Amino acid sequence: MTEEKTAELIEEQEGHELHQEDEWSGAKEPFKASYGKLMMWYFLVTDAFTFAGFLIAYGSLRFSSPTWPVPDFVFSTAPFGIHDMPLIFVTVMSFLLIISSVTMVRAVQEGHRENQRGVVFWMLLTIIGGASFLGCQAWEWNNLINTEKMTVSRNPFGTHTEDGVYLDLTGQISGADDDGFKAGQSYLLHQHHAPGEGHGGHGEGHEPSSEEVFLEGANETIFESGLAINDEGYLVNEGGQELATREIAGEQYYDFPGFMVDEQGFIQRKFVFSDSEDEEDRQYLGVQEFGPKAFGALFFWITGFHGFHVFSGVLFLTIIMINVAGGVYAARQNGYEMVEKIGLYWHFVDLVWVFVFLVFYLL
Amino acid sequence: MGDHQTYEEQIKGVYFGLGLLAAVTLVEVAFSLFGKGHILGSLGLYEYPATVYAIGLILIGLSLYKAYFIIYDFMHLRYEVKGMAMSILLPTILLVWAVIAFFQEGTAWKANRERVQEFNERPAESSQSESTSEVLDLTAEPAE
Repeated sequence: MTEEKTAELIEEQEGHELHQEDEWSGAKEPFKASYGKLMMWYFLVTDAFTFAGFLIAYGSLRFSSPTWPVPDFVFSTAPFGIHDMPLIFVTVMSFLLIISSVTMVRAVQEGHRENQRGVVFWMLLTIIGGASFLGCQAWEWNNLINTEKMTVSRNPFGTHTEDGVYLDLTGQISGADDDGFKAGQSYLLHQHHAPGEGHGGHGEGHEPSSEEVFLEGANETIFESGLAINDEGYLVNEGGQELATREIAGEQYYDFPGFMVDEQGFIQRKFVFSDSEDEEDRQYLGVQEFGPKAFGALFFWITGFHGFHVFSGVLFLTIIMINVAGGVYAARQNGYEMVEKIGLYWHFVDLVWVFVFLVFYLL
Repeated sequence: MGDHQTYEEQIKGVYFGLGLLAAVTLVEVAFSLFGKGHILGSLGLYEYPATVYAIGLILIGLSLYKAYFIIYDFMHLRYEVKGMAMSILLPTILLVWAVIAFFQEGTAWKANRERVQEFNERPAESSQSESTSEVLDLTAEPAE
């Protein structure tokens, strides 16, 4: 009797130990997912929080600012001389990422079928998609930096807070039809350039807008006044003429009837507010100002950080594709799990772009 | 993994996903342009704050739907163990509070900036008879 019972107890205990071993010895995968895949997911969670932090910073700074550049105005140019086409280029960029995400899903599916050639083919398409996205981003950055003169600490995209009318070069209220503007309308400050050099960025052979006519006139006025750009890119009075200047917040401005120009050569047009019936308010004079400084820093940092993710994604995709072609993962016989892991990362890059696209371009 | 559907179904699913994401993106762009008056600008709907807020909410909703689709279908979270999905998704709920708190803070900064601006512009009104430099003169000392 007792012996039987003891044997039973021992058996029970052993069974329990065996069971415990099953559960805790590492033989079983928690969440039925491999270690590598689970850790990729948790890395992506942390990365999501990093991006969320940046995007929330963008949101709070935008909320804290009285004006913010209108995205449709800022992002309205595309290669081949396309301009005044809001959001076209960035929609193309979004499609590139969506398509490369889809080809990545195909690569993972072929991996599950242990189809080596299929995996290589679809990964190659994914890499091409990612690299094209980077190329587009390079064009966008180049355009913003070199044509539109935006930097991390300078935002030439300003926004009007009230309705008004620009002055012409003589300082009179402009008669041109399109020299009026509405509150909330954005503008781009242009830099003075040496005679003969164009502003660039605009397609040739179209009817110049009244703004372009004004800027050309302003350029000539500045040149004739004896101001010139020195080696450091600053506007200096080499002609030695007496020029009206004005100091605002420690910055020196050269004062002309229709505009002011700062030492970096940015032409800031003067205007009068027109929204009031009151005659006195109509003479209340304003001048184009730079937009909120944070815009440039946020744009370059957040899209740059995303671009860096795309870049590292392309790099790792390439390495893994070469390994696939070399048969490294075929030998492991685990359904190309490595492809699945880089796939998770690649979809995450697309996921982040959904939100970058939302806050920078759509809203 | 991958045993829940046949190969043909999987491929169909992928191209359905491509069509869906592309369509939602196009709808988003259309709404965004509509909200700024590029489409049907003559109606002037964008001048009403309610329209602008509604369009903002629609854009955020559509983006969240895209995110859901990418996570659940492309990243296969739908087919993972529920506990794992929750361990990934639940922490992000914290962000809801972060958004509320920081945006509220941003709005408060804006109110402060406006007060400072008003304060700075006060002496210009009293001391200068010519109103031409009123907006320009940011260097004016605050009133005693």
